[in-house]
Amino acid sequence: MDIGLGHFLGLASLLFGIGAVGFLVRRNVLIQLMSIELMLNAVNLTLVAINRWMPGNHAGQVFAFFNIAIAAAEAAVGLAIVISVYRLKKSIQSDSVDLLKH
Amino acid sequence: MSGSGELVFWFAAVLAVLSAVATVAMRSAIRSAVGLLFHIIALAGMYLVLHAHLLAAIQLIVYAGAVVVLFVFVIMMIGPSAEHAQNQRGLLIRTASGGLMALVMGALSFALIEYAPPMLAGVTPCPPGSGAECGQFGGVNALGGELYVKAALPFELVSVLLLVAVLGAIAVARGRSAEELATLKAKKLANATAAVSAGEK
Repeated sequence: MDIGLGHFLGLASLLFGIGAVGFLVRRNVLIQLMSIELMLNAVNLTLVAINRWMPGNHAGQVFAFFNIAIAAAEAAVGLAIVISVYRLKKSIQSDSVDLLKH
Repeated sequence: MSGSGELVFWFAAVLAVLSAVATVAMRSAIRSAVGLLFHIIALAGMYLVLHAHLLAAIQLIVYAGAVVVLFVFVIMMIGPSAEHAQNQRGLLIRTASGGLMALVMGALSFALIEYAPPMLAGVTPCPPGSGAECGQFGGVNALGGELYVKAALPFELVSVLLLVAVLGAIAVARGRSAEELATLKAKKLANATAAVSAGEK
């Protein structure tokens, strides 16, 4: 069987779905952040795959490059927030941060 | 696509899916981090199949080298409370999110079946006759040229973004030292007493 763009896009949608479920189901903030990384990676795969089938320019790969940079920044800031929340609450369960609920 | 590329694709695809499931499902955060590491390596292999050599290298350096290490740092810093006994939501939200995932995947697959083939008919990677230029696709030369010429301004803006992110991360994660806390407390106390004495007058 020949591998086409559909294979890559289907795989990317599957990975995105796994990441989305992880974000919704888990309560551990660290694992939720990792699920966000999974989703970002799935989107990167889509961009690179589509770029491969339209090789006139590198727009998709350039976008994926910027996505990687932004994901790194997001991880740094997110983990800093996790640390300061842990300092405040002594817990990293996302349910423990419910100030705006009450 | 050549036979070896096909083989790498299936290997990387299975590894990516399994490690993504491991990342989401593992009970302890450190195991999830290892799952994320395998996922990233699998995606780097996928980028190689897609002829994006520079991106594969960047993926390994930035994700496996920096982001996962950062995660592991934080897990080690927070210690055993990163692994909580009850850290899954109830049945309702699990069902709902599973349904959401099925919906998203169904919609995407439908869109692919309906629209992708005509859009992609006749478009093949590196058609015969494109020669050396296509062989450069995704390499340092080609991608770097595009990045520094066409996308020069966004590239510089990303450097500003990273600087702001570093400053923000330091500002958020930095705890106050005992000394700073004492001066803050004294200032608050002085303000309170001033307010009280003003009220007496």
